[in-house]
Amino acid sequence: MSRLLSKMEVDRRLIGLAFVLLIIWVGFDIASGGRFITPRNIFNLSVQTASVAVMACGMVLIIVTRHIDLSVGAILGVLAMIMGVVQTDFLPQFLDYNHPMTWALTLLIGIAVGAAIGGIQGLAVGYLGVPAFIVTLGGLLVWRGSAWWVTQGRTVAPLDQNFILLGGGIEGTIGATWSWIVAAVAIAAIIYVAIMDRRRRLAFDFPVKPIWAEYTNTIVKAGLVLAVITTLNAYHLPTRAAERILENKGIPVTPENIEISHGIAIPLLIVALVAIVLTVVVKRTRFGRYIFAIGGNPQAAELAGINVKRMTVAVFALMGVLCAISAAISSARLQSAGNDLGTLDELRVIAAVVIGGTSLAGGVGTIYGALIGALVMQSLQSGMALLGVDTSLQSIVIGLVLVLAVFSDKYFHRRYSDPTA
Amino acid sequence: MPDMNNTNTDKNPLVEMRDIHVSFGGVKAVDGVSIDLYPGEVVGVLGHNGAGKSTLIKILSGAYQADTGQIVVDGKEAKIENARDARDNNIETIYQNLALADNLDATQNLFLGREFVDKFGFLDDAAMEHKAREVLHRLNPNFKKFTSPVSALSGGQRQSVAIARALLFEARVLIMDEPCAALGVHETKMVCELINKLKHDGLGILLISHDLHDVFDLSDRLHVMKNGKLVGSVRTEDVTHDDVLGMIILGKMPEHLLHLAGPGATNATNTQTSETLL
Repeated sequence: MSRLLSKMEVDRRLIGLAFVLLIIWVGFDIASGGRFITPRNIFNLSVQTASVAVMACGMVLIIVTRHIDLSVGAILGVLAMIMGVVQTDFLPQFLDYNHPMTWALTLLIGIAVGAAIGGIQGLAVGYLGVPAFIVTLGGLLVWRGSAWWVTQGRTVAPLDQNFILLGGGIEGTIGATWSWIVAAVAIAAIIYVAIMDRRRRLAFDFPVKPIWAEYTNTIVKAGLVLAVITTLNAYHLPTRAAERILENKGIPVTPENIEISHGIAIPLLIVALVAIVLTVVVKRTRFGRYIFAIGGNPQAAELAGINVKRMTVAVFALMGVLCAISAAISSARLQSAGNDLGTLDELRVIAAVVIGGTSLAGGVGTIYGALIGALVMQSLQSGMALLGVDTSLQSIVIGLVLVLAVFSDKYFHRRYSDPTA
Repeated sequence: MPDMNNTNTDKNPLVEMRDIHVSFGGVKAVDGVSIDLYPGEVVGVLGHNGAGKSTLIKILSGAYQADTGQIVVDGKEAKIENARDARDNNIETIYQNLALADNLDATQNLFLGREFVDKFGFLDDAAMEHKAREVLHRLNPNFKKFTSPVSALSGGQRQSVAIARALLFEARVLIMDEPCAALGVHETKMVCELINKLKHDGLGILLISHDLHDVFDLSDRLHVMKNGKLVGSVRTEDVTHDDVLGMIILGKMPEHLLHLAGPGATNATNTQTSETLL
């Protein structure tokens, strides 16, 4: 089995994580009498995981460069407040209420401020040499405090009609047709990348995977995409919401057209986009390569001519940008921005990243691992909520799982990894 | 053809360090030391910890700067203020522990800092791996692990990668800091073969070590330092292990070798110049 996997060049850690996720899902499904693995619950999971998942992608890069960012939850809070004020008080001075440009301008401003906040923290870490733990611990207090100052503690609501689509919700999905189109594009991309990689290796006479492994890999990936999209499309809007939408469009309601699919929620689409872009950055750009080089050996990176300080600023700025995107998703989901938004998110994000196999010692980590880590965390939380477990007990369980995950990863890695492989 | 007179590079040193002085807060780490290195030559720089050999070499690799003194590369005075300047002068240093990023594979390490990119600015991993296979195959035909992290490689294989990296930068002067420390017998032999191969390719190699045995058989000449001063420079074939040990420990040339002492030697009795020595 393990030889089979290594022939297929599959990350064993990924298999382990997927297995853990499967156990959690099946376990909760049995315990809840079949209420966990349902289109509705999976759709909700995808929306609930989105905010943490987006930040987790950035946290991978931070931790890979041997840093940490404890301030992401607080940055999310302050950015949500700023974006809330921008879309409800500032932009309406120039644009109509619910103007189609409002959400985009708001998001852009949020991203710019996020990059600035992250960049400042990066400067302190990279150029002033203050440990990231301290800088971002201070940042946690500073930005959480700032979140209060934006409106003197007043919650900002209601948000822009288009902006709240970023949070999912009944209308914040792309529907069945577009979901199928996304699936088709994704599968085409999976096949294209597999073929191009293989061609390139063959062109240089490098060893390639056996062809059956290529087929299996591609079929598994495409199958996963299809399964996810089919599930999300199988979740229909509530009858009343569907009726309202049909009435708005002036279409008579019939038993056939009342079944409107949710499809992919917009936040899930954002997560996918962020994850794909960052995976390409990590694997195919100098920037990504240097992040890992710095994590592996900062002196060697410096001697190779990499500007480690500037890279540190860039990585923290990128984290700030992702906090802005997460802030948009979570405030849009609640349709309001309160100054306590994102409280304790830093711990959820770090836990997701660590469960996803990123080493706190730096140099090792994957984006997809962090995504699955985020999903594992959210699945535990949602599953326990579904079973009516006390919130206090939920925290205890999640805390234990985090420690157990890191321990088992270390244990299995030591035991089964073959250093000569 | 005005350059015809200069083609006989064998007679001109690749690098000369002349009368180098460095002090750290009143302590003279390097005190008026001059050394040189010719193409196709392996030169050992020996001395106890604190003898000043590492400081001297770090001036050449750009990590430190001399208070006074000259560095001459190919007959022209060179300013070396950082690692990049050293690289511009085709001087590469392989540090014992600083050479490689453990989590990256051999190919990624080889090209770190000057990756091949395609027309869209994306890394061209296949082209890099191709070149890496070519370069490493020349150094070490048994090298196979191009895609596993270098932490999974043996010490000798890691040295191969570090040396290949220097060669890719078109190094003509290779500085190796304790090249065989922490290596097993077999691995040491492999690195020795590698160094001999590079020597035949015309590189000049400086080996820094506190252990005489590591470098004696490899080196054509030895510069021995003690307390920041050059004790002497000798041809390996003229001396025995005991002679050199005496130089390292006592800090003076053995009586029967005084007539061989090189430039900058502390024993003022010698009148010979490096030209007659070589």
